[in-house]
Amino acid sequence: MSTSRIASASELGVLATLRRGVQISPQIVDGLWLTLALAVLAAAGRVVVPVAVQRTIDDGILAAGGPDAARVALLTGLAAGAVVVAGLCTAVVNVRLFRRTEAGLAELRVQAFRHVHDLSTLAQGTERRGALVSRVTSDVDTISLFVQWGGIQLLVSTLQVLVATALMAVYSWQLTLVVWACFVPLFLVLRRAQGTVNRAYAAVRQAVGAMLGAISEAVVGAETVRAYGVAARTGRRVDAAVETTRATQARAQLLVSSVFSSGVLVANLVLAVVVVVGTLLGVGGGLTAGQVVAFLFLVQLFTGPVQQATEILNELQNAVAGWRRVLAVLETPVDVAEAADAVPSPRGPAAVTLRGVRFGYPGGPEVLHGVDLELPARRKVAVVGRTGSGKTTIAKLVTRLMDPTEGQVLLDGVDLRRLTLSSLRERVVLVPQEGFLFDGTVEENVAYGLRPEPTGDAAGTRARVTEAVEALGLSDWVAGLPQGLATPVGQRGEALSAGERQLVAIARAYLAAPDLLVLDEATSAVDPAAEVRIARALDSLTSGRSTLTIAHRLSTAEASDLVVVVDDGHVVEVGGHEELAAAGGVYARMHASWVAQTR
Amino acid sequence: MSGDPALTLTGSRLRRSATLVWRGMRSEPRLYVLAVAASALFGAATVAVSRAVGWATDAVVVPAVAGDPAAQDRIWQAGLVLAAVALTLALGVAGRRIWAGYGFAAIQAHHRRGLTRQYLRLPVSWHRAHPAGRLLSGASADVEAATGVFNPLPFALGVVVMIVVAAAMLLAVDVWLAVAALLVVPAAVAANVVFQRHMAPAATRAQQLRAEVADVAHESFEGALLVKSLGTADREERRFAERTDELRAANVRVGTVRAVFDPVIELLPSLGTLAVLGVGTWRASTGAVDAGDVVTAAYLLTVMAVPVRAFGWVLGELPRALVGYDRIAAVLDARASLAPGEHALPRGAGGLAVRLEDVGVDVPAAGATATLLDGVDVDVAPGTTVAVVGSTGAGKTTLVSLLARLSDPSRGRVLLDGTDVRDLAAGEIPSQVALVTQQTFVFEDTVRANVTLADPGDEGAPDDAAVWEALRVARVDDVVRELPGGLDAPLGERGANLSGGQRQRLAIARALVRRPRLLVLDDATSAVDPRVESEILGALSSAAGDAGGQATTVVMVAYRMSSVALADVVVHLEGGRVVDVGPHAELLARDDGYRDLATAYERETARRARELADEAAAGETASEEAP
Ligand SMILES: Nc1ncnc2c1ncn2[C@@H]1O[C@H](COP(=O)(O)OP(=O)(O)O)[C@@H](O)[C@H]1O
Ligand SMILES: Nc1ncnc2c1ncn2[C@@H]1O[C@H](COP(=O)(O)OP(=O)(O)O)[C@@H](O)[C@H]1O
Ligand SMILES: [Mg+2]
Ligand SMILES: [Mg+2]
Repeated sequence: MSTSRIASASELGVLATLRRGVQISPQIVDGLWLTLALAVLAAAGRVVVPVAVQRTIDDGILAAGGPDAARVALLTGLAAGAVVVAGLCTAVVNVRLFRRTEAGLAELRVQAFRHVHDLSTLAQGTERRGALVSRVTSDVDTISLFVQWGGIQLLVSTLQVLVATALMAVYSWQLTLVVWACFVPLFLVLRRAQGTVNRAYAAVRQAVGAMLGAISEAVVGAETVRAYGVAARTGRRVDAAVETTRATQARAQLLVSSVFSSGVLVANLVLAVVVVVGTLLGVGGGLTAGQVVAFLFLVQLFTGPVQQATEILNELQNAVAGWRRVLAVLETPVDVAEAADAVPSPRGPAAVTLRGVRFGYPGGPEVLHGVDLELPARRKVAVVGRTGSGKTTIAKLVTRLMDPTEGQVLLDGVDLRRLTLSSLRERVVLVPQEGFLFDGTVEENVAYGLRPEPTGDAAGTRARVTEAVEALGLSDWVAGLPQGLATPVGQRGEALSAGERQLVAIARAYLAAPDLLVLDEATSAVDPAAEVRIARALDSLTSGRSTLTIAHRLSTAEASDLVVVVDDGHVVEVGGHEELAAAGGVYARMHASWVAQTR
Repeated sequence: MSGDPALTLTGSRLRRSATLVWRGMRSEPRLYVLAVAASALFGAATVAVSRAVGWATDAVVVPAVAGDPAAQDRIWQAGLVLAAVALTLALGVAGRRIWAGYGFAAIQAHHRRGLTRQYLRLPVSWHRAHPAGRLLSGASADVEAATGVFNPLPFALGVVVMIVVAAAMLLAVDVWLAVAALLVVPAAVAANVVFQRHMAPAATRAQQLRAEVADVAHESFEGALLVKSLGTADREERRFAERTDELRAANVRVGTVRAVFDPVIELLPSLGTLAVLGVGTWRASTGAVDAGDVVTAAYLLTVMAVPVRAFGWVLGELPRALVGYDRIAAVLDARASLAPGEHALPRGAGGLAVRLEDVGVDVPAAGATATLLDGVDVDVAPGTTVAVVGSTGAGKTTLVSLLARLSDPSRGRVLLDGTDVRDLAAGEIPSQVALVTQQTFVFEDTVRANVTLADPGDEGAPDDAAVWEALRVARVDDVVRELPGGLDAPLGERGANLSGGQRQRLAIARALVRRPRLLVLDDATSAVDPRVESEILGALSSAAGDAGGQATTVVMVAYRMSSVALADVVVHLEGGRVVDVGPHAELLARDDGYRDLATAYERETARRARELADEAAAGETASEEAP
């Protein structure tokens, strides 16, 4: 497995994770005080009920001289009121929490999503798409469980524990000390267990991410899987990932259940201890029987919230595991970032200069070994060379999808790193070999090139799309589509042929109207006649603009103003087509074989 | 699979819920028996705790403090009894939770395996219609929704016993008391009916939006390069934020319904207890019951409050579970599979004979059908090399993908060595036909595994020598040798660390290593430079030559005339129909459309030369006139 640049989880501690999480989604703590107050009210209502029941029984039903109906009516009436108020408060608390946490988590999703797009293509390429998707979907869902319910409950439970402690102390400070003494070992165990639980949940989140990565491979590679009949093997790979997920889930569950049950054990053992110690104290004259009995009742008000708290702490660890994975995305440094003092690049004819540019992909050998190039404004430049010689790498550096490891790329004399990204992207556009299309119509995909995004005016947009299609000589092709411009292209454009996708991509880039258009084998899947047509159309349409074209079909080079020959990471020849073809060098040989091949 | 009953649930909501729950538990019977048993133990222990505390109070605490020496002797005994019950209770809780958790995880895994099996079984055409992000969401969000109900389930079921016992005890005490206590049940049912009615649509919408959010994210990340190069991250963010906001609203709606339902279910037992007290006082005052009975009844209800809440959790999860399950079942029930036949394809020595008989392909397009291929008749003799040539969108890919049976024709037949591909058993076609698709897919795995598509030790997996040989023929061995680790070098998802041409050549090696009898190349060398392309094609024929003259049949989609000229026969395809078939030279002579395609570059070069000459001439005239 290749190593991802995006850490699998943030290194932040539990509290720091929560703090950071809330910082990013401040909505979560909006109006928290009121919510908390209502939650306390609800909790108090819940405590009132058992107390009222106890009193009704003791003072009403078991009253000396037979049941006291009036008293029972009063107490049950009060208790019923408390129950309803508590219920109402709970409902309001729940709604408030849902609203705020969902707003906060939506914000978190969007920020993480945006950050993924802000990362360089290299960093994006190191993480599987499926796993990236899980960071803005299921990992966030994990958080929501806790924040919608756990966070506030944890506070309320703590309060309940404190109140119960105070009440118990009123009856007997000795027994209260005993109760706390019983729970101290539990608290110690809990503290230690939290780390383990946390790791277990982190393992689950990671396993889920890896599993979705594996499933996405089976889905996106559907064609290859079928063509090679390797469904069984792919299935086994996914099964292994599913099984890992199951095993890590089971392990987490084992841990969490053990922790929770030890809480239950201690809570009930405390009853035994109170009976023994309380009675011994009573026998020694320190307590009355009534006090011991009352204390037994109060202990249960104490142990209830403690048990709930152990549960919530587990849930917290789960949320933290999810949160850390989302935060890890946000913490990944943007390696191709805009400088703080970046300046916009003014529109106009674009000239690009490469000065001593070296580049190596992370962890790999250097692939460009000091490239110097002048790409004059308003010129058509063709870059040719063997597969793997570094042409695409140059294209990516010119469009600043990556930064050189050494040397500079300059646009109109200014280092790309000193330009604002938005102005750069406006002026320089890359059309890669595999034109990606969104699941929509041909028109929508072509119109995607319009920047800024056109708002409202559908007719205007259609006119511009039609104009682009006509200008590029693609009208006949569009007319031949089942629904013309409204033909759906399918996901990733798969309802179009590969060549047709490239046609759409070119039309889209054309509408984007950059000052420098970089075409990286952008017509490789288009038939020769159409390619020649498009090349000619682009020639006339882009006159005044600069183009940088990478192509294996040397017809492009023949038609260009300047030919750059790249070999093994070096620029070995630069010159006009005629000049180089006559020079008897690398290009001359390439061209001769090209001519031989086309005849 | 065709014999299986449909998995989609039908009938009333109650029935669908019951089936859902039953199917889940049946898939893990052992775990659920254990979990429910542990839960019953827990239920019993819960009652036992309250009884034991009551007994300790009456028989030990009160008399002992009052000075009864016998009771004083029993102090430690009481402690032990309580401790034993506590231990049982804790064990019950542990068992219930652990087994429930295991069962929950196992059912999730079961669904996930089922879904991916189906993803892998369904044909490419189905995948085109189902966005990847949505399918991923199926394996995560839908599975989670469908199984959420199984966590509290054993708890709820285990305490059924306890509730039944409690109800019986109440009835034995007094009918009116029992009625007061058990009023809780119809009230809960009524609340649940109202709840389900509001919840079902809300949950459906939330689940659908969850899938859509995943879908937008998946698509957008997949198009990351485009987004970056056009600088449209803001637009993507807006698009994602819109969906996310809809999801937020839907989740809030779901939350609001639950926010109201949960406290209602929670307060019912409390109200029941109070009702028992009220009714009890009245019954006690008339002398029908004594005060102790009322206390017992009230206590029973208090004890039952938490387990009853477990029912609330189950009921609260059910609507979402049904929605999730239905979404999963819809995939599992999809019947779009290309059913394999039974025949074997004998492994002959030479290439496969390929025959297309009056083949037509239609696809649905906006209500109507679009015809992608029509009346295609092609006959390819074993061992020949056929080039398929046609303009962009002519139907070349559609045609060649029929040969590997990525889809079936709507009309006509595709025959391999005389057998209809629909009659061939599973695995027969991939073992003899290799298709190199136009767009290469690289698995996140080592170079070796990407070529062999097998695990080391798999039966029939090619050895390293064979892999190197395939890499050599595909002219990518040098590249692999330079990768750190060679054959063991890991390739990133979709082969991000290779250049486009290198990926394509890797895919060619992948096809070659299987020694196919029919090799189908769908424009598989578009990103390869011409020299390497002719080397590869040359090596292909010499490799075939080495194999005793029994050449592999090759069908290739190609644009470069050098490649096309290597073919024995050229099929010229336009608009889904075969225009002409014959050797390159013949087509060039008699097929105008073909000549246009074949000589496009040549003519362009000539045109440009003319233009230049004209310009030069014009320039000369101009400069002559200038002085
Ligand atoms: N799944 C599909 N749904 C609708 N139209 C399709 C689908 N797949 C391909 N097409 C259309 O069929 C035609 C032929 O496509 P294809 O065979 O890929 O062409 P090519 O000859 O370029 O390989 C194209 O016009 C394309 O838009
Ligand atoms: N993302 C990547 N990670 C590592 N190595 C890469 C990556 N992309 C390309 N390379 C390597 O860089 C070299 C140049 O590739 P590229 O610029 O794509 O060549 P081409 O001239 O074919 O466009 C190749 O050897 C390739 O293996
Ligand atoms: Mg390239
Ligand atoms: Mg094609």
